Amino acid sequence: MTIPLTWYLILSAALFAIGLFGVLARRNAIAILIGVELMLNAVNVNILAFWRYIRPDDPSGQVFAIIVLTVAAAEAAVGLALFISIYRTRRSINVDHLDALKG
Amino acid sequence: MNISDTLFLAPELILLLTGFAALGVDLALRRNTDGRASAIVALVGLLLAFVAALNLAASGVNAVIASTMAVDAFALFFKAVTTIGVALVILASMNYMKGRSKYLGEFYALLVFATLAISITVSATNLILVYLGIEFLSITSYILAGFIRGDKLSEEAATKYFLYGATAGAVMLYGISLLYGATGATDLAAVGRALSASGANFYLGIAAIIFLVVGFGFKATWVPFHHWAPDTYDGAPTPVTAYLSTASKAAGFAVAARVLIIAMPEFATDWTNYLAALAILTMSVANFVALKQRSVKRMLAYSSVAHAGYILIGLAAIGSDPTFNGLNGLLIYIIAYIFTNVGAFLTVMAVERQAHSNDIEAYAGLVRRAPALTLLMTIFLLSLAGIPPTAGFIGKFFVLGAAVQQDMLVLAAVGAVNVVIAAAYYLNVVRYMFFVDEEDEGPQISLGGAGLGSALVICAIMVFVIGIFAQPFITWAGQSVNLVIAAGF
Repeated sequence: MTIPLTWYLILSAALFAIGLFGVLARRNAIAILIGVELMLNAVNVNILAFWRYIRPDDPSGQVFAIIVLTVAAAEAAVGLALFISIYRTRRSINVDHLDALKG
Repeated sequence: MNISDTLFLAPELILLLTGFAALGVDLALRRNTDGRASAIVALVGLLLAFVAALNLAASGVNAVIASTMAVDAFALFFKAVTTIGVALVILASMNYMKGRSKYLGEFYALLVFATLAISITVSATNLILVYLGIEFLSITSYILAGFIRGDKLSEEAATKYFLYGATAGAVMLYGISLLYGATGATDLAAVGRALSASGANFYLGIAAIIFLVVGFGFKATWVPFHHWAPDTYDGAPTPVTAYLSTASKAAGFAVAARVLIIAMPEFATDWTNYLAALAILTMSVANFVALKQRSVKRMLAYSSVAHAGYILIGLAAIGSDPTFNGLNGLLIYIIAYIFTNVGAFLTVMAVERQAHSNDIEAYAGLVRRAPALTLLMTIFLLSLAGIPPTAGFIGKFFVLGAAVQQDMLVLAAVGAVNVVIAAAYYLNVVRYMFFVDEEDEGPQISLGGAGLGSALVICAIMVFVIGIFAQPFITWAGQSVNLVIAAGF
C-alpha cells in the first residue's frame, strides 16, 4: 500500500499553518523564528513529495530542498545574531519591546 | 556553459571580485578603520560593472546561461541602473559612516555583495535561483540595516526587517513549491508552458500567484506587505535607507515582472487585476500616512512606499501598445526614481549629520543656512512630486499613460489624485525650507564633503537630464521590454 500524495500535502499545509500561527501569535523573537523554520520545513515536505510523485526522474526537486535547508540555516544565523544584539541593549527579545520606531 | 558565456556574466564576476577585494583591502591595511580604501575599491568595481552591463546591453545580447540566468536587455537595464545607484550611495556615505562603526570595510563589501545579489535576482529564470537571489539580497540587507551595533534604532530596524522578511520569504517559497507541484518544472518558461497546456490547474495557479506576490510585495514594499518599510527606512543608517528604497526595491519589481510575465501569461488578467488593486492600496495608504509625518526621513520612507505604488501601475497596466506597454513605463519610472530618491535621502543625510535631527523643524529656514543643499532638496522634492521638467514627471507620464491605454481608468484616476496628495507633503518641506523662520539660529550646514556633494550634484543633474533630454532613456527602456514581446502580450 502506498501513501497517496495528498497526505503529504495535507501534512505540509498543516505544518505551514502551525508555523504561520506561531509567527503571528508568539511575542518572543526566537519563537517567531521557530515558526518561520516550521513554514520552511513545510515547503520542504511539499517539494520532496512533489519530486517523488511527479518528477522522480529530475533531481531539481532534491536540489531545491537542500538549497532551502541551507538558506534557512544562513537566515537563522543572521537572525539569532540580531536577537543577541537587541538583547544586549534592551535585556529582552520580546518583539513588543521593539517600539522605538513608530508612527 | 562555455567560456564565452562567462563574458555575459562580466558584471556579476566583477562584483564578486570587488566584494572580496574590498574585504581583502580591509584585512591588509590595518589603518582602514574609516573604510576609505574599501570604499574606493567598491566604487571602482561598481563603475566597472556598470560599464560592463552597458556594453552588454549595447551589444544586444539575449542569452540564457546554464539555463538559469538570462542575460537580456531587461536584466541588463536593472544591472546598470542599480550599480550606478549603489555607487552613488557609497560615494556619499564615506563621511557619514565614519565613526559610526568600526567595521566599515565590511560595510562597503556588503553593499557590493548586495548589488551582486540584485544582479543575480534580476537575471534569474529559474524558480530556485529566484528564491536564492531574493534570500541572498534579503540576508545582506538585514545585516546592512542593523550595521550600527549598539544603536537601538538600527538594531530595531534590522530585527523588524528580518522578522517580516523571513516570514514573507517562507510564504513566497510555499507558492514556489505549489508551482513546482503543478507543473513539475522550475524553469520559468517551462512552468509557463505547463500551465497553459494543462489548463486544469486554475486554483493552484491563483494560489501560487497570491503566495508569490507576498514575497515580491515584501521586497518592493507593496501595501499590505510594507509594514517593515517605514520602520526599517527610518531606523537604518541613512545610506542603507537610500540603497534599500531604490536598488533593492527595483530588484523586487524586476523579479516580479519576470516571473509573472514569463511563467504566468495564462493568468495575466487575474494578476493584472490583483496588482492594480494593490497599486491603488499602496499609493493611497502610503500617501495619507505620509501627510502626518513630522520627521522628514520617515515622510520620505512613506513616500518611497507610495512610489512603489506608482511603479506597480506599470506592471498592472501591461499591454502591447508600442509607446505605453506598461513595462517600459516601469523601467523609465525606476531610472527616474533611483536618482531622485537617492538624492533626497542623501540630502537628509547631509542635514542629519550636521543638525543631528531629521525633524521637519531642523529644515526651517534652511535656505539661509544651507542655500546649496536647499536648492538640491527642492529639485529632488519637485521630481518626487512629478513636476516637469524633472525626471519624476517623465516616469509618472509613462505609467499613467499605460493605465489609460489599457482602459484602467480607475487606476489612472487614483494615481493622478495621489500625485496631488503627495505634492502637499513634498511642498510642505519646501515651505519649511524657504518661508518658516527657525526658532534659534542653527548651525551652518555645508554639502558635507566632496563625496556627498558630488553624489548630490550628479543626482540633481541626472534628474534634469532625464526630465529634459528624455528621449535616449525612453528609447533604452523601450528596447529593454523584451519580456513583453517574448510573452506576446
